[in-house]
Amino acid sequence: MNRREFLQVLAMASASGMALPTEIARAEAAAEALYDAPAFGNVSLLHITDCHAQLKPIWFREPNVNLGVGAMAGHPPHVVGEAFLKQFGVAPGGALAHAFTYLDFERAAKVYGRVGGFAHLATLVKRLRATRPGALLLDGGDTWQGSGLALWTRGQDMVEAAKLLGVDVMTLHWECTYGQDRVKEVAETDFAGRIDIVAQNIKTADFGDAVFEPFVMREVNGVKVAVVGQAFPYTPIANPRWMVPEWTFGIQEENMQATVDAARAKGAAVVVVLSHNGMDVDLKMASRIHGVDAILGGHTHDGMPKPVIVDAPGGKTLVTNAGSNGKFLGVLDFDVKGGRVLDFRYRLLPVFANLLAPDAEMAALIAKLRAPHDAKLGEALAVSEGLLYRRGNFNGSFDQLILDALIAEKNAEIAFSPGFRWGTTVLPGEAITLENLLDQTAITYPWTTLTPMTGEQIKGVLEDVCDNLFNPDPYYQQGGDMVRVGGMTWSCDPTAPMGARIDDMRIAGKPIEAGKTYRVAGWAPVSEAARDAGGEPIWDLVARHMRAKKTIAPPKLDLPTLKNIDGNPGMAS
Amino acid sequence: MTDQPLNRRGFLARAASLGLTTALVTTLAPRLAFAEWNKAAFEGKTPADALKSLGVADAKESADIQILASDIAENGAVVPVQAVSKIPGTTQISVLIEKNPSPLAAVFEIGPDMLPDVTTRVKMGQTSNVVVLVQAGGKHFTATKEIKVTLGGCGG
Repeated sequence: MNRREFLQVLAMASASGMALPTEIARAEAAAEALYDAPAFGNVSLLHITDCHAQLKPIWFREPNVNLGVGAMAGHPPHVVGEAFLKQFGVAPGGALAHAFTYLDFERAAKVYGRVGGFAHLATLVKRLRATRPGALLLDGGDTWQGSGLALWTRGQDMVEAAKLLGVDVMTLHWECTYGQDRVKEVAETDFAGRIDIVAQNIKTADFGDAVFEPFVMREVNGVKVAVVGQAFPYTPIANPRWMVPEWTFGIQEENMQATVDAARAKGAAVVVVLSHNGMDVDLKMASRIHGVDAILGGHTHDGMPKPVIVDAPGGKTLVTNAGSNGKFLGVLDFDVKGGRVLDFRYRLLPVFANLLAPDAEMAALIAKLRAPHDAKLGEALAVSEGLLYRRGNFNGSFDQLILDALIAEKNAEIAFSPGFRWGTTVLPGEAITLENLLDQTAITYPWTTLTPMTGEQIKGVLEDVCDNLFNPDPYYQQGGDMVRVGGMTWSCDPTAPMGARIDDMRIAGKPIEAGKTYRVAGWAPVSEAARDAGGEPIWDLVARHMRAKKTIAPPKLDLPTLKNIDGNPGMAS
Repeated sequence: MTDQPLNRRGFLARAASLGLTTALVTTLAPRLAFAEWNKAAFEGKTPADALKSLGVADAKESADIQILASDIAENGAVVPVQAVSKIPGTTQISVLIEKNPSPLAAVFEIGPDMLPDVTTRVKMGQTSNVVVLVQAGGKHFTATKEIKVTLGGCGG
């Protein structure tokens, strides 16, 4: 889209009462400046991560709660809203403020339009490659999962899109939930000779042999660049272990150091880790491994405009995180001379679909991939009166809709919904399509459950998940958000030790008793027993609920009462 | 034939095809068979009981003991734990799981020609400290690492 076309789009938006003229003028000015990214140095790395199979432009609201505890309190990525703008020196009210924060989301979304989309991303990638010859495109994983289309094609749509986009190297997390055989099949067929899957921390469970190459060496403008893979360390814990029965994961610091040393010994002038650790884990790892120039991170979906520069043993390591849902493209430029990195520039460019013309070839591929499924995906299940989003440590309005549906359809007293961080946003007044619902639920273990649980067991679950989020040692965190809890009230002290964070659990004001049994609905069970038991897929249950309701009122969020987080900039006031 | 180095799986497969595995087992087996079974230590119900039965009065923390294990167990039923001692004259390496009903999980007698580098798989019902105890030159040394056992699910 050229400038004239863009202005036409904005004029149409204005005519439909979507935004004020001053805001449109501001949007136009932002577009001019946004993608002006002069080249720097001689080695460039383009980075996408956690697109969660979003091929088309979407709405995506960033969180207003992303708490850090202990040494992480108040430090990136644990800043939201105004504190985020201040931390990174982003001007309020503009395109970047909209891209990086939840502030004024509904109004700003109408001004700046949808984000992401592979056709628009492809245009941006081509634009950057034109000024950065030889640039590598790295994909941090969570690429094949997160949409109905990806689920129905076992990730094949994303495999095709990644090939056309020109991804060079990738690592893994949700890809593994199609099963280890499917991942190997793609690696050995579609990806063979084109895209390298790297993971120093995936080994066979029996003998500890490497399943993928721990790193690949690529030459960029005569400079040897090693890309080390770090898959999500807790894949067999956070997701079903039966999907990767012969693989073991983990952080594996010692092997990471050995891999970096091996890459340097083979002459790498630049060593980067393509990581799916999550940002807190990356920051800790960076402080303990020497010889890494940068960790290009994902998993925790933190769109960080600037890298954190970590004091590593014997040097500095940059740690970045490139957001989620196809919303951003990370651009890391290195100036490398005499076999080492002298300087760098980093940008995290938001992909505004209205400001980037769709790439014709990618648009055609997406249209072809979607054609057999378009009608089904487009089914309007209900109209949403409120904003539906997921991100946030404790709950999101789309999760509340899922919880409400679970309680109603399962005749449960309490409902649990996993704290996934993927899932797109629906604006007020929009139809909620089956595609929107699958954006929140498309997994390969979607079964709903109804389980009798004692009050003590309920507390046990909440404490366990809460520790995965707020353990003061990042290596014990799993990077998701808190399990969403419907039907009960409770309090949470993120700063307390495990076992002492959850308190005051009540149903309709009445304390939950440790020995009493309650009917608890949920979905996404990870055990083999749950797989064998089956159950209605969550999307069928929620779709049935929504079709009957026709109109979804703004969900009232069930949120815990939080303690000891006053003044924490990871919580918007 | 390629000139690629054999990995362990390949080596074992080839060794089996050549009838070598029996020979491998017999060379390693006698030391295991003849190690004395410290019944009282393995049946001790607390770490203190187990240590007492192992004859440990005073153990010093040592940075020369490395525990290689996952921070979060992938499967509490089989948690791989590797212990490496860099303390000269190491003669014994023991593994204790503090919160297990019987904390002592393994005792390895290290002979003069053996590398003090052992791996075992332990069962853990809950998050616990794993303690590795090394005996060297008649003295005892320890290192500790917490391994978390979680319910799983809810990630990412």
